Amino acid sequence: MAVTVIIPTPLRAYANKQASVELQAATVGEALSGLTSQFGELKRHLFTEEGKLRSFVNVYVNDEDIRYLQKDQTKVKDGDTVSIVPSIAGGFED
Amino acid sequence: MAIQTGVPVAPPETERATSLSKEEILRYSRHLIMPEVGMEGQLKLKNAKVLCIGTGGLGAPLGLYLAAAGVGKLGIVDFDVVDNTNLQRQVLFSTSDVGKPKVAAAAARLRGLNPDIEIVAHETNLTSDNALELFKDYDIIVDGTDNFPTRYLVNDACVILGKPNVYGSIFRFDGQITVFAYPGGPCYRCLYPEPPPPGLVPSCAEGGVLGVLPGIVGTIQAAETLKLILGKGDPLVGRLLLLDALGMKFRELKLRKNPECPVCGEHPTVTKLIDYVEFCGIRGEEAPSTVTNIPEITPKELKARLDRGDDLYILDVREPHEYQICNLGGHLIPLGELSRRAAELDSSREIVAHCRSGKRSADAVDFLRKAGFKKIWNLKGGILAWSDEVDPSVPKY
Repeated sequence: MAVTVIIPTPLRAYANKQASVELQAATVGEALSGLTSQFGELKRHLFTEEGKLRSFVNVYVNDEDIRYLQKDQTKVKDGDTVSIVPSIAGGFED
Repeated sequence: MAIQTGVPVAPPETERATSLSKEEILRYSRHLIMPEVGMEGQLKLKNAKVLCIGTGGLGAPLGLYLAAAGVGKLGIVDFDVVDNTNLQRQVLFSTSDVGKPKVAAAAARLRGLNPDIEIVAHETNLTSDNALELFKDYDIIVDGTDNFPTRYLVNDACVILGKPNVYGSIFRFDGQITVFAYPGGPCYRCLYPEPPPPGLVPSCAEGGVLGVLPGIVGTIQAAETLKLILGKGDPLVGRLLLLDALGMKFRELKLRKNPECPVCGEHPTVTKLIDYVEFCGIRGEEAPSTVTNIPEITPKELKARLDRGDDLYILDVREPHEYQICNLGGHLIPLGELSRRAAELDSSREIVAHCRSGKRSADAVDFLRKAGFKKIWNLKGGILAWSDEVDPSVPKY
């Protein structure tokens, strides 16, 4: 399934400055591992050492939070958008 | 779950103003001639009490539009003073306000705009010790803060007191807006149960914000606040509005109330305010990279070694546009590209890594040490400290 993964601004530095990436995947889990194989730096920002999605990062398929669907097993179809939404607080954090 | 919106958030019957003066009727005529507001709506605004947490980038348009609309009591909480770097986006202030407490400058400006409303300046740091007491006199809380501990504090206090939290946040060109803690709706912890651990927040690599972005987001927060007071329209309860100002695209995601939320769920485990600095600093899934085992060199030590003629390789992990502001002549590899370009570095040489303030470069040193680089140090305090301690001609930014 051809899906678009949307990269939020704070993570674009680790994804070659891209705002979105087109990938082939059957589930959200596959889309995210496809993304992190392409952009290794992204992995530690999205996942813990044990491979769990970090709790300050939410993932949506279209407009639904995957935590209320089938989590990383959530199936995706052609044309779906997978959005990564990290918590942001504003302010200049350097 | 169907959330019943359209019920205005209002103070108790006994305390309400029941009429508008002739001057008020003239001032608010553009509201009064709209059926969605009318005399009844304007009286709701007059009787409303809104507390704005933070009077910075988000607080500026927020305060201005709520004052203009005639919100009867406007509280502002901020303990900061106006700094000239604020003026790029905190449009409530003038250059002549630099050095003054923000709440004083804000109150003066807002009173000038609307002398008929009550403006209460709370020049204080919001903490677990004072939040509940401070919030209880207001009906709606608007979160315009710039750090995670305060966001969790505001959220928890709102849930405990049963007051809606109009949330807005920004980063560079992205914004998020929603209404938390509305009856039946989700709270901040339903969306983000835990904060990012410090040192792992990727904002280090791309700081800064387009000045107008908090202007847009803060204005949307003001609109949502007015809708809650009037009980009209569809407020952003259970909806996260995402703004990408570069693409000028708005998207909306569904926010669900988490039945297992520790604060607003069916069996809450957090019923009192906690230590939020600790919550954000210690809890987290990985030790932050600003741990003490990163070898450091101070700017003075670096200067001494360079003056002695030591063969040090300076690695600058900032972004190209920062290099143009000022630099130490270092070799530029932005932090986000380091893993791909580490081969450009010679591990047999002594390397000093730096960034603006020392945080990104600490990350870089940590990464390179794990990759086998043994002779590498972090410049403590970054180029800012170099400017302070060694060469004041280097501009700070």
